[in-house]
Amino acid sequence: MHKNFKFILWILVGLLGTFALSTIALNRGESINSLWLITAAICIYAIAYRFYAAWIAAKVLVIDETRATPAERLDNGRDYMPTNKWVVFGHHFAAIAGPGPLIGPTLAAQFGYLPGTLWILIGAVLGGAVQDMVTLFFSARRNGRSLGQMARDEIGVIGGTAALIGTFLIMIILIAVLGLVVVNAMKHSPWATSTVAATIPIAMLIGLYMRHIRPGCVMEASAIGVTLLLLSVFAGGWIDHNETLRVYFDHDGLPLAFAIIAYGFAAAVLPVWLLLAPRDYLSTYMKLGTVILLAIAIVILRPDIHMPAITQFTDGTGPIFGGKLFPFVFITIACGAISGFHALIASGTTPKLLANERDIRMIGYGAMLLESFVAIMAMIAATVLEPGVFFAINSPAGVVGKEAIDAVAKINSWGFTVTVEQMNQLAKDMGESSLFARTGGAPSLAVGMASIFGNAFGKGLLALWYHFAIMFEAIFILTTLDAGTRVGRFMLQDMLGNFNKKLGETSYMPSVIFTSSIVVAGWGYFLYIGVIDPNGGVNILWPLFGIANQMLAAIALCVATGILVKNGKLNYAWVTGLPLTWLVTITTTAAYQKIFSDDIRVGFFAAANDLSTKLAAGLLAPEKAAVAPQLIFNQQLDANLTMFFVVMLWIVIIDMLLVCTRRILGKPVLPCSEVPHTETQLNNAWVRD
Amino acid sequence: MLKNLIEKKLCHCWHLIQQLSGDSAYAQYLQHHADFHTSSLDAPATLSRKEFYKYWQEQKWTGVKRCC
Repeated sequence: MHKNFKFILWILVGLLGTFALSTIALNRGESINSLWLITAAICIYAIAYRFYAAWIAAKVLVIDETRATPAERLDNGRDYMPTNKWVVFGHHFAAIAGPGPLIGPTLAAQFGYLPGTLWILIGAVLGGAVQDMVTLFFSARRNGRSLGQMARDEIGVIGGTAALIGTFLIMIILIAVLGLVVVNAMKHSPWATSTVAATIPIAMLIGLYMRHIRPGCVMEASAIGVTLLLLSVFAGGWIDHNETLRVYFDHDGLPLAFAIIAYGFAAAVLPVWLLLAPRDYLSTYMKLGTVILLAIAIVILRPDIHMPAITQFTDGTGPIFGGKLFPFVFITIACGAISGFHALIASGTTPKLLANERDIRMIGYGAMLLESFVAIMAMIAATVLEPGVFFAINSPAGVVGKEAIDAVAKINSWGFTVTVEQMNQLAKDMGESSLFARTGGAPSLAVGMASIFGNAFGKGLLALWYHFAIMFEAIFILTTLDAGTRVGRFMLQDMLGNFNKKLGETSYMPSVIFTSSIVVAGWGYFLYIGVIDPNGGVNILWPLFGIANQMLAAIALCVATGILVKNGKLNYAWVTGLPLTWLVTITTTAAYQKIFSDDIRVGFFAAANDLSTKLAAGLLAPEKAAVAPQLIFNQQLDANLTMFFVVMLWIVIIDMLLVCTRRILGKPVLPCSEVPHTETQLNNAWVRD
Repeated sequence: MLKNLIEKKLCHCWHLIQQLSGDSAYAQYLQHHADFHTSSLDAPATLSRKEFYKYWQEQKWTGVKRCC
């Protein structure tokens, strides 16, 4: 009876999911209720988790509950420690969920809500969650070794080096693009700038509190910090209305970019307890709180989605970024569908905390599904806006024109209605001077979130909700920025340590300053170029980041496929081989188009050549001519960087295929680096429930 | 009976939240130290609460800990 009940229940979940999915896929009406997206997502996640992930755990990975995990065997009370599965899930989710799943879907909404939503759902259940889960499993079977180490051990030294260089370069581009998102959100917004600036002294105050006043009282300190952050949103409004104070926080993009660069350097050099660690606590609580609040608000409000299912921009003429639906929707939404960066977390801290292999499905697969759900909510928040408003906020001045009247005329010519008065009223409601050409995704997401929150919890507070949303996005973007700069510094010190031992010492101050400067200069350069680019910079940097991130995912799936084949599981290799093939197809196609396309909004070389010709012919406006040489150099650099990414990816793929072929032909390959089975002695009921 | 059960569950949840936030990290460290190190003569000295948290945070932020 019980079994029959379960069977019927899953059939119903399947039917509901299919109905919801066909409703969102086939709807071509005026609008559709967002609850259909939520229903489709939850049903798909439930079925994938219950059946596909369980099947992978049982048949492909053959999870062994009797095997002692590294946390048990190497327990040192610090990094290796058997930990309750919910606690590990919390740590893992907090580590993987950054600003990516919020920004990517917002930008990809230019194609309509459908392509992005389908990719988020299908990409996560067949790609991203599988990648996270298998990487976590293989790392746990190898004492928590990193992706780079596993690539070196199992495939060869080339794979390991490619993973290392890839990680470093992604970090640089990621930080630059995130810095650009924050700069665009703060540009000429005294309220946003003062609120974001206040997060720095608040974090330091909390750091001092946890270090000297009440050591280790994390929750207590974080509660004080979150209260201060909320007060800073109110204080920002007060500053904005004060004519004397507001001028101190009203800046162009460039000074803000330099401030972010200086901040990044300081955060990488200062002790972690003072800035980085307390900021992370605050951002984690803010992130979890806001995501839960957004989910509740969406369920209460069930807002209608106004963006069409598919827009005309699938042909590659989109204003936010150039390029056709295939492959660019898959590049734009990386985190939320599949993100190579997760493989670094799944082969870092998490495998060292697992109490039992049984928990791998919930932590590896489950946490990614939750991240994918965050991306779905971001898609809803972006698409509940009227399309005209969405494009007015997100289209750069270089595409629609600097003047409001020109921008509105251009957007109306695409068939999306918006008026200057409507935009002015919206800006006034949100407490901003203008919302035209606020690229980067953060402002439009904040407008979407503010309208959802405002309608669900009180309409009179739109400006507060808007700046709360901006603060929420900025605080964890800055956490990723300083944590990333620090990681980049460590990686560089590690590499330089091979040439000069002193430079490799992480506490040697001259080396700390030298390596931090190099890392900050690296991302600072891309940030600077992004700010001076009249097209907003995001249109260049985000696809570059997407290509790099998907390339890292492809490397992780290469390692996993190689290990499966080496372990004699050729029949199951499609589990990782299928998403790998897809990723290789999209990254290679996107890279090819970014390098060789004749469309100046897609091809780097085409854009550089076009700009050179116009500069030589004197066709550029004086302000554009002044920055043109730097933009030309940057386009050429980006083209070479993309070429480097794709060549590196193909080297790893060929390396992996050679290993697989040798294994299939019975020739010798590198030995499996899995740690031998040891029976668990841990009565792990206490850590698991 | 029900009250006891609810109390037990809430207590368990609170314990998990403390683990998640890091509030109970020092207690865990002391437990680990007592279990593994006190019996040997060359055992490392027990860190104070303040020293432990400094060390704990530094170690926590070595390596890739946050994603995009």
